[in-house]
Amino acid sequence: MKKNGLRSVLAGVTLVSVALLGACANGETDGDVTADPTTDGETSAPVDGETDGNGEATGDWGDFSGETLNVVAAWSGGEQANFEQVTAAFEEATGATISYESFGDNGPTFIQGRLEGGNPPNVAIVGQPALMQQLASAGDILPLNDEVLAAVNENYSQSWLDLGSVDGEVYGVWFKAANKSTMWYNNDIWSEAGADPAAAEEWDGFLEQLGLIRDSGYAGISIGADVGWPLTDWFENVYLRTAGAEMYDQLTNHEIPWTDPSVQEALEVLATLWGTDLVQDGGGQRDFPTSVTEVFGASPAAGTVYEGDFVAGNIADDGNSTVGENALFFDFPSINGSAPAVVGGGDVAIQFTEDEATSAFMRFLASPESASIWVPNGGLTSPNSGVDTSLYPDEISQQIAEALVGAEDFRFDMSDLTPSAFGGTQGQGFWQEMITFYENPDDVQGAMERLEAAAASAYNE
Amino acid sequence: MTDTVATSTTARVGNRSRPSRSGPRWLIIASFLTPALIVLGALVVYPIVFTLVRSFYDRGGEEFVGWTNYVTMFTNETTFTAIRNNVLWVLVAPAACTILGLVFAVLLERLKWKTAFRLIIFMPMAISMLAAGVIFRSMFQESPQLGTVNAALVAVDSVFSDAAYYPGANPRGDAGIEAEAGIIAAQAELVPGEQQNFPLVAIRQDDVPEEAVQAAAAPSAGEGELTGVVWLDVVSGGGGVNGEIDDGERGLPGIRVDAVAADGTIAGNAVTEVDGTYVIDGLDPGVSYRLALPAANFSEGFQGVSWLSSTFINAVVILSYIWIWAGFAMVMISSGLSAMDRSLQEAARMDGANEWRVFTRITAPLLAPVLLVVLVTLIINVLKIFDLVYVIPPGTSKPAANVIAVEMWTQSFGGGNHYGLGSALAILLLVLVLPSMILNIRRFREERRS
Repeated sequence: MKKNGLRSVLAGVTLVSVALLGACANGETDGDVTADPTTDGETSAPVDGETDGNGEATGDWGDFSGETLNVVAAWSGGEQANFEQVTAAFEEATGATISYESFGDNGPTFIQGRLEGGNPPNVAIVGQPALMQQLASAGDILPLNDEVLAAVNENYSQSWLDLGSVDGEVYGVWFKAANKSTMWYNNDIWSEAGADPAAAEEWDGFLEQLGLIRDSGYAGISIGADVGWPLTDWFENVYLRTAGAEMYDQLTNHEIPWTDPSVQEALEVLATLWGTDLVQDGGGQRDFPTSVTEVFGASPAAGTVYEGDFVAGNIADDGNSTVGENALFFDFPSINGSAPAVVGGGDVAIQFTEDEATSAFMRFLASPESASIWVPNGGLTSPNSGVDTSLYPDEISQQIAEALVGAEDFRFDMSDLTPSAFGGTQGQGFWQEMITFYENPDDVQGAMERLEAAAASAYNE
Repeated sequence: MTDTVATSTTARVGNRSRPSRSGPRWLIIASFLTPALIVLGALVVYPIVFTLVRSFYDRGGEEFVGWTNYVTMFTNETTFTAIRNNVLWVLVAPAACTILGLVFAVLLERLKWKTAFRLIIFMPMAISMLAAGVIFRSMFQESPQLGTVNAALVAVDSVFSDAAYYPGANPRGDAGIEAEAGIIAAQAELVPGEQQNFPLVAIRQDDVPEEAVQAAAAPSAGEGELTGVVWLDVVSGGGGVNGEIDDGERGLPGIRVDAVAADGTIAGNAVTEVDGTYVIDGLDPGVSYRLALPAANFSEGFQGVSWLSSTFINAVVILSYIWIWAGFAMVMISSGLSAMDRSLQEAARMDGANEWRVFTRITAPLLAPVLLVVLVTLIINVLKIFDLVYVIPPGTSKPAANVIAVEMWTQSFGGGNHYGLGSALAILLLVLVLPSMILNIRRFREERRS
């Protein structure tokens, strides 16, 4: 112990870290530390959020030499390379070996198969909160231990804690987030029309700006209503703003019916846009990528398109506009003075095995250090409020992250939380009823009744 | 071993030792049949029985629900539409394919290049249904820029009608003008000597002709004159006062302005100048007129038919099916034709029957068995139709185009997760296919007997 302490002091002096000096004074460092500075186990997550630039993590993660952790997630290709940089930092700090496996689109099947084979991964990072709930109820995953929980409490807002909780216990650490409350606009068209994104912060102002664009000869907004999911995202954003987060949760769980007055209000707000001449004609036969091309393609016909942060990818694929130059976005407008709110998605890390190395890795994922390694490379929006937003590689991704972290209400995409018969099936349920409503926005009552009928049968009531 | 040899020799010799022979023979039959029976049992009988049982259980498969799924099937609007559409398919598609196939077969027989034509008509059979679906979907896209069919229709239409200068223009709101049925008209009635301005919006700056200049104020109107200015009431980059001529707002040249008298006749007209001004003269002083910009100025012209909307979607999907399967019908019927004994036709012609009579009285009846085979095969095929219906309709018209097989897939695997209802639909499909199967098997038997 003495010897270790002495070595730590030497390491600490050479690297000059205040936190470190304090830790050494306590003489409680317990790892066999050689190169990396370590703080003691009591400060669960370093608050300074420093990385040393080489992708190495600072902070005390313990010594797990010789241990191997199996981590599985959906990421492959470039995302996998970035995530492996994150795991490499942990390997370097602790001596543990991390074997990463990608399960592609088959998360639930893959994990279920591994569980049945008696060979669960140590940590899985999954995109479906419902899967986390299911695994937690079945007792396959473990609630976060106190140290990890402390790190999560420190770095995440309440919304993310709630999203990671099952029956009051926190199981998940949200590592990656997606912002589905972004309104993308073609700045060439907006400035020619004299429309001002700053004036579109509020729904009525937003409609006014779209009116200016219509007057200038372009459609105000393009909507791809060929499939239902962009429309359900519209509804979710409006509902979160008009009814509030609590009602949103209740509607998600079908504790209130779809015939509730709050649903009516949200649909009526949507009807002030859908079906008006602000929207480009022919939405019912336009798929989503085409709606992006209508705004950012070679011969744009509309000024604005709504969807999540992934629209940046569609714009890049199309290649006629440049994100950050003429392709910009603003947050989904507030309605009746609602506070900043974001509908989104994300990937949550869950723990299958109870051992120190796994817990340390979870703690690492909950700390700003881990995300700070990936963030500068692009492609990761971190829900971790400890991550310095100046690390983002460009203004757009920084703006997306700030909206996400700064949102007072964050809610997961409702259609991903409802039974798939209701929220994820082409040609029926939430998707189809929103298409029907898009085609005929006057029929609010009928839409509510049909949604309720579809929900009732899907929730098996 | 020796025993088998012995029995086979005795069998050849005579049929005295029948009992000893039947044992091994039974074994041989069994050994040949068992593999087939196992495969059939595992892949045909078991799934059918399991599906039948499953169709009486609920979504999760835990609770026995009796006939509920079958009742749902006919009461739920979505599934009922699917069943109704299947009926439509069965009535239209096989008959259309067979008739077309017959026409092709009979007509092509007389052609010199018949093999080439047959090949072309049969070619769609070589394309996968999915790919054919994608082709038809893009062909029938609504936008003339994307869909071949509408592009052709619009091209034909544009030959006969002139393109408007300012398609899609709208009147500026609250400026005393309104749009009705494509015409932009002043709300007030004027007497000569007065002025009427037309501030318009929804025209792109790029679409204003190059010769257009800054809009001028309306010229003063003399006796018997009505004047005004038609301009684009939008400043590039924003700003300006709505309804007023601001700096940077250009006149719209080439727009025809009509002075409409109370009885609806056009008393005079003028065309706007490069600064947007117009002067209509020769009007009766003291009579009031309404000024209007006729629809020809703004008409976007024929924009194509919304083929993939719920109104036409079934027609489009069935058409794509016919495109593929008419070739199959033609080949089957052609082979029937070539196998036919021609002496009857010859005899009829000798007796003075014309070609139509020969066809209706002799060729067609002789072809009847072939036609029946084609029709029944197509009916079975049509009942199971899936790919085309899955691929062609866009989201808005998916419910209108639904068929049983697609609905079965959606309910079970497409996210519905309702294996009970899915199984019930599968059983319905089986029951519907059965009559045509039985008909086919009977016919085969009859053929063998004769």
